[in-house]
Amino acid sequence: MATVTKEQVQERVVEVLASFGPDASAITQEATFEELDVDSLDLVELAQIVEDEYGVVLKGEDMKELKTVGDAVELITSRAG
Amino acid sequence: MPDKRRVVITGIGAVTPLGVGARPLHLEWAAGVCAIEDGAGRCSSFEPRDFLSVKEMRRLDRVAQFAVVAADEAVRQAGWADELPYDPMRIGCVIATGIGGISTVESNHDVMRERGASMVSPLGIPMYMPNAPAAAVSMRHKLQGQMYGVVSACSGGAHAIGSALRMIQYGDADAVVAGGAEATLTEFGFACFNALQALSETGVSRPFDARRDGFVMGEGGGVVVLEEESAARARGATILGEVAGYGSTADAHHLTAPEPTGRPASRAITLALADAGLTPAAISYVNAHGTSTQLNDAAETAALKLALGERAAAIPVSSTKSAIGHLLGAAGAVEAVATVQALNARLIPPTLGYEVPDPGLDLDYVPGVARPLVPANGGPPAAVSNSFAFGGHNVALVIKGAG
Repeated sequence: MATVTKEQVQERVVEVLASFGPDASAITQEATFEELDVDSLDLVELAQIVEDEYGVVLKGEDMKELKTVGDAVELITSRAG
Repeated sequence: MPDKRRVVITGIGAVTPLGVGARPLHLEWAAGVCAIEDGAGRCSSFEPRDFLSVKEMRRLDRVAQFAVVAADEAVRQAGWADELPYDPMRIGCVIATGIGGISTVESNHDVMRERGASMVSPLGIPMYMPNAPAAAVSMRHKLQGQMYGVVSACSGGAHAIGSALRMIQYGDADAVVAGGAEATLTEFGFACFNALQALSETGVSRPFDARRDGFVMGEGGGVVVLEEESAARARGATILGEVAGYGSTADAHHLTAPEPTGRPASRAITLALADAGLTPAAISYVNAHGTSTQLNDAAETAALKLALGERAAAIPVSSTKSAIGHLLGAAGAVEAVATVQALNARLIPPTLGYEVPDPGLDLDYVPGVARPLVPANGGPPAAVSNSFAFGGHNVALVIKGAG
């Protein structure tokens, strides 16, 4: 699999999260999922897309540690590398 | 048993093929408008984005969207929009659906076939489970009393209101948001009902007419807010009417055909009258189940004659399904809304399309145009609203209008 850059992951994560409801402008790297009203069901959907597109498997315990958008981007980028 | 707690209606809401809101349901139907087009009653004017956030739209199947929008209207009318008037754990929520989120099932099944089982949406189950409409309404308005979906096909909406009535009568709740919703106008939905040969080949809903040839499927939702009478009066609520009685039986006869003598259905009506403490002499109107199938309309006529006796011939009977089609699990709730409206407007909307009498069916089916409702014996007028279903479910509600 071709290596993905952090910027690419970041762009895709913001795009996916925006499709869940929050304003794209509010989805900064520091924004917490709680602030964005992104809940566990949204994160399962995100994990499904990430697995499909980057081959990165994110389990429930991985997701539990994620507090911010940046956390998710870091984790996905490191696993996809 | 001590005197029953009485249960009043303080809010009504509807999304139907006649439009979004309870108002068009009564006004358009009474004006003779039939919303059936191309053999279906679609809620063409319903735009989810007018009422729901992106997140809500993504998480609610169309069936739950109808329930939520109808409930919003009913709750607003009851004056609950800013603050619940009772302890939230004393407010129940019972919403029926006949089928559930069928379009979610279909789209996820397509995904599974095309992209594999691992790509099925995690939102699939929470969107298609038949209790999803009840859960959505409960969460939106923070209703924390008894909450569940009701499953009894085309009598679900009426069962929901009956269950809500009992919940308040018995003292388990002080108020309940109750109703039904349905959204089955999908390729698979039509295929299944067509396979049963239940749908009208001509695409015309004309209940009780000799030419009737099956029902026309519709979609939508109806919700009522019910409150214990003294509590509603104490808070100064506007009382729209009363759910005075509920009766329910089963045919134990056939999966889809009604019991032809109408005896089990008539017992449901008799039980509802007894629950309301009324005799047939007090009934001014019957909102029929009236599906436009040969068997239902004959069995329902027989049931009305058995339950109402000599009085049956004098009571106007009309079917909402002539204007909007058959809303399946929503039908009983939408028709309860239409019944309250007819009682309060003192105006009985007609059975649209009824022109050729069936020699065997000889009640007054209100042909042609709306007519004034004449209260049978002074005081608030009362009506019977019937709902029957595949599986053999029979439900009758006795509803009184405002005084």
